[in-house]
Amino acid sequence: MLNTIWFLLIAVLMTIYAILDGFDLGVGNLHLFARGEEERRLFIKSIGPVWDGNEVWLLTGGGALFAAFPPVYATVFSGFYLAMMLVLVALIMRAVGVEFRSKVESPSLKALWDKFFFLGSFLASILFGVAVGNLMRGIPIDETGTFTGSFLGLLNPYSVFMGIVSLAMFTLQGATYLALRTAGGLRARVSGWAMRLWAAFAVLYLVAAFWTLGVSPHLYHRYYSVGWHWVTITLFVAAMVALPVFLKGRRFGWAFASSSLAIAGLTSTLALSAYPMLAPSSTNLDYSLTAFNASSSPLTLQTMLILALIGVPLVLGYTVYIYSVFMGKVDGSTPGY
Amino acid sequence: MDAMTLSRVQFGLTAGFHYLFPPLTIGLAWILVVLAWLRLRRAEPIYDQMMRFWTKLFAINFAIGVATGIIMEFEFGTNWSTYSKYVGDIFGAPLAAEAIFSFFLESSFLAVLVFGWNRVSKRVHFFSALMVALGSVLSAFWIIVANSWQQTPAGYKLVTDGAGKVVRAELTSFAAAVFNPSTLPRFFHAVSGALVTAAFVVAGISAWYLLKGRHVDFARRSLAIGIVAGVIATLGSAMAGDWHTRQVAHTQPEKFAAMEALFKTQSGAPLLLLGYPLPDLGIPKLLSLMVYFDPNAQVKGLDAFPPQDLPPVTFTAMSFHAMVWPGFMCMFVMLYGALLLKRGRLYDSRRFLKALFWLIPVPFALNEIGWFTAEIGRQPWAVYHLLRTADAYSPTVPAGQILFSIILFTLIFAGLFALGFYAVRKHVLAGPEAEASRKRG
Repeated sequence: MLNTIWFLLIAVLMTIYAILDGFDLGVGNLHLFARGEEERRLFIKSIGPVWDGNEVWLLTGGGALFAAFPPVYATVFSGFYLAMMLVLVALIMRAVGVEFRSKVESPSLKALWDKFFFLGSFLASILFGVAVGNLMRGIPIDETGTFTGSFLGLLNPYSVFMGIVSLAMFTLQGATYLALRTAGGLRARVSGWAMRLWAAFAVLYLVAAFWTLGVSPHLYHRYYSVGWHWVTITLFVAAMVALPVFLKGRRFGWAFASSSLAIAGLTSTLALSAYPMLAPSSTNLDYSLTAFNASSSPLTLQTMLILALIGVPLVLGYTVYIYSVFMGKVDGSTPGY
Repeated sequence: MDAMTLSRVQFGLTAGFHYLFPPLTIGLAWILVVLAWLRLRRAEPIYDQMMRFWTKLFAINFAIGVATGIIMEFEFGTNWSTYSKYVGDIFGAPLAAEAIFSFFLESSFLAVLVFGWNRVSKRVHFFSALMVALGSVLSAFWIIVANSWQQTPAGYKLVTDGAGKVVRAELTSFAAAVFNPSTLPRFFHAVSGALVTAAFVVAGISAWYLLKGRHVDFARRSLAIGIVAGVIATLGSAMAGDWHTRQVAHTQPEKFAAMEALFKTQSGAPLLLLGYPLPDLGIPKLLSLMVYFDPNAQVKGLDAFPPQDLPPVTFTAMSFHAMVWPGFMCMFVMLYGALLLKRGRLYDSRRFLKALFWLIPVPFALNEIGWFTAEIGRQPWAVYHLLRTADAYSPTVPAGQILFSIILFTLIFAGLFALGFYAVRKHVLAGPEAEASRKRG
């Protein structure tokens, strides 16, 4: 029971991360499409006060994985060594881009930090997808729970394709977010981007779904063996169908909610398909690291659950407050760096 | 070099670079609380200016601390997977708690401090400063819990596999693990060291303004706050340091022997003023007195332990002494500053002001050296008496990849340091008035 709760909690943390950092990664991916200094400033300002807090969900997810499932954390992080280092480089690059572009006057330096922000966001968006793709495909883990693969092995076509899917998903999330936060002609433009990204993401998703059926049919078996599986896929499909309708109808709050719910539908579908596996083994599914064979002791899980039950509601509470202080249209008067 | 050595180099590099930033964050956060309080109670625009100036400096420093801190959380898994599997049942929880109880608090309310000038009341602004400070102290607490457990593990049992080999440490008491013997002394010593750092930064920058005759009102008030904070912090640091050292003597005697460069077990042990490898200048019986409150008590020397369990003595002893003496110097500087302040001569003592400015790097160096003492003195153990560092690394990561990431991080850190230095310098040169008059947004 505790193990299942922790599997769920990790999934929830990752979902919140994908929704929240998803939009600021997406804004980064779109940053170079902004026209001129004024628009770029607006893009940065739209995420200024919140992007850092959004990233903390990743740290929390990582910490929770370490605490609840140490062998998974250890095996996956060391197995994905170079990929993890690239994620770190990407996260640092975007942080530097956001923080320092306002501290320089020269346009060429500003352009450099703009590229940092874009490239960091772009790399991170893809790498997260590649990581998830590898986990869905299974990674080479032997009977002792040791990773036996290589960096190049992680760059297989299926996983790289998942990287493109996640790039589309985060960029779509960023575009709907910008549509919510901007006004006038800019809003019409980003809303148009969102439409195109929606179409791209929908097509990529369908390809990914069929490809996954070929690569890891066991995920489907697990998924359909759960009685209420239809809930998550219905959530995803409904949100995806609603998204363009809201965009067309200029209901941008609802559009952003739809995009966020589509992410939640997708991650929960993935979680159901994988449960209880956290790191499936491609060598032999029986070697997989699961919520049961790779967990911390019941006492640790229980203690951590108490901490989470105290901490997470507090965090959600003041996060909502912070967003309420800073949301609204971004324009010249919005406080920025 | 082999993968284990490279992983050690990389972790030392990452942690060492990272630890330049959090102490200033932790210390400056409390100075911001004081400023936000003054701003709330006294309707003088100067406090607005002070709050803005030091908040901006805080934000620059915080950003680099966060960027480098993320690396550390990843590195336990990427470079120390055997360690992570072995201790994850206990060690992961404080890291997760740090994220939940402090990182969110810091990053969310810092946003209000930096971006909220026109959006929230002074009262909410003060509350936000308080939450940032609380977050920074909680962050220090939880990460020190994790580190202290490596030094003085408690609240666990060892679990063996079928063949009788120990596979991991398992939690038996969360409270005992959190409040293990070295948590509190280490926490107070590190946090007071952080406040020392902030005090010297605030005092040093203010002193520079006074020397240049710029922003005089701002600089005087900031300097006074810096000096008062500095007196409290350096006294606190010395007391916590004394407590912490005594605790090490009781809980990690071989580390203590290395710190004090005590080669032979003896009764009435002398306190060596300079330590190995410098000449033996000792005060008879003082070490026994300081540790056991008894001048004739026996103190264990390095000869009491098997050589394979000893830390590198030279480095440990040198770092310990290189922390203690300059630490006392910081204390006397601040006490002297307080004396000048009381006599009303502080703002005109040019030589003292100059010294304050040039002393800014010293507390940063002392934080680093203190950390060398703690971590090198812990060797050869990753977890004291449980797991050797040599057995803790990731066996599956090729050495070439680690070398690659070391080079990569070295370049990134050099870049980050240059950027941070540039940003702080620019901010200081522009001065507090520029910040206040700048059009927001």
